[in-house]
Amino acid sequence: MIRRLSAALAAVILFASPSFAEEDATHIGNLAVSAPFTRATLPNAPVGGGYLTIENTGTEPDRLVSITSPVSNDVEVHTMTMDGDVMTMKALDGALEIPAGETVTLAPSGLHIMFMNITQPFVEGETVPVTLNFEKAGALDLELPVLGPAADGPMAGHHHHH
Amino acid sequence: MNLKAIRIWLWAAVAVVVVIVGGVTAWPRLFPAPVDGFGKGDYALIDQAGNPVDQTMFVGHPSALFFGFTHCPEVCPTTLAEMASWFETLGDEGRDLKAYFVTVDPERDTAEIIGDYVSFMSDRITGVTGDPAEIAKIIKAWGVSAERVPMENGDYTMNHTASVFLVNSRGDFEGTIAYGENTDTALGKLRNLIAKS
Repeated sequence: MIRRLSAALAAVILFASPSFAEEDATHIGNLAVSAPFTRATLPNAPVGGGYLTIENTGTEPDRLVSITSPVSNDVEVHTMTMDGDVMTMKALDGALEIPAGETVTLAPSGLHIMFMNITQPFVEGETVPVTLNFEKAGALDLELPVLGPAADGPMAGHHHHH
Repeated sequence: MNLKAIRIWLWAAVAVVVVIVGGVTAWPRLFPAPVDGFGKGDYALIDQAGNPVDQTMFVGHPSALFFGFTHCPEVCPTTLAEMASWFETLGDEGRDLKAYFVTVDPERDTAEIIGDYVSFMSDRITGVTGDPAEIAKIIKAWGVSAERVPMENGDYTMNHTASVFLVNSRGDFEGTIAYGENTDTALGKLRNLIAKS
């Protein structure tokens, strides 16, 4: 009985997850921003990362020109790449392009929002407010839910590997 | 036995001696003793409680070693979380295993700062810092890359080696766990390390 119940539950979760992101998306102009989250910061860590997915359903490209947040005076989009076993991180040159009809994903181990000199720690269960300023679509206010310090995404109940 | 036979036997004996002496001389060069090998060095550092530690912190038990810093947004918290999960999964099997988080940013990471940082994830991980010159020695010993990258706001971040080094109970390098390595593979490597130590 329990097994059947958990199988049913798993089916429901599986069924529900693909549509979750879309239902959850925040729309502005031709852009849909979904799956936003950030990670709880460790004590004394002055930086935090932010992650989300931006889908451009329009026929014109847009650009994410800046990000502001009350918890940091310095928010940038950074890239992270591995050069052998060396992690290299740097600020994106200029704005982040959101090509027409495409989806840009900011996720752990890649492109991400970098909050520098944060004014308060990011606490799991709370949210971090941000404003995404798009060149065409305009400004979008969002709350990033703070997940665990090593969370991979809003759907993952716990840390998960690929 | 005639003279010719004696001569052949003598030359054969000489040949054997040459091979033995040559082998003994060349052996350490072909297979250097790990004493001077990768990961070896002399340095005087402190742990998060302020206690002095040096290269002997790797002797007598298996260790997992990571180089990071508290201004690190992703790789370091993730790796600490991984380490915490390894200890959780290994349970009693991992009782002798120690984990060290050595800062590559000693100017900013004092013992207290790094202590709070790593303890948040696990009490099984020891934060290590110290004088920049001494940190430079351990970084060199492990061939770690740690490069300051200035940022626009005048601050800096660091590009750094993101692998976890596995060290056996003699303090010898045994292998690495890559950043983002599959948990089962990582646990397999740790079990192997523990079995060898």
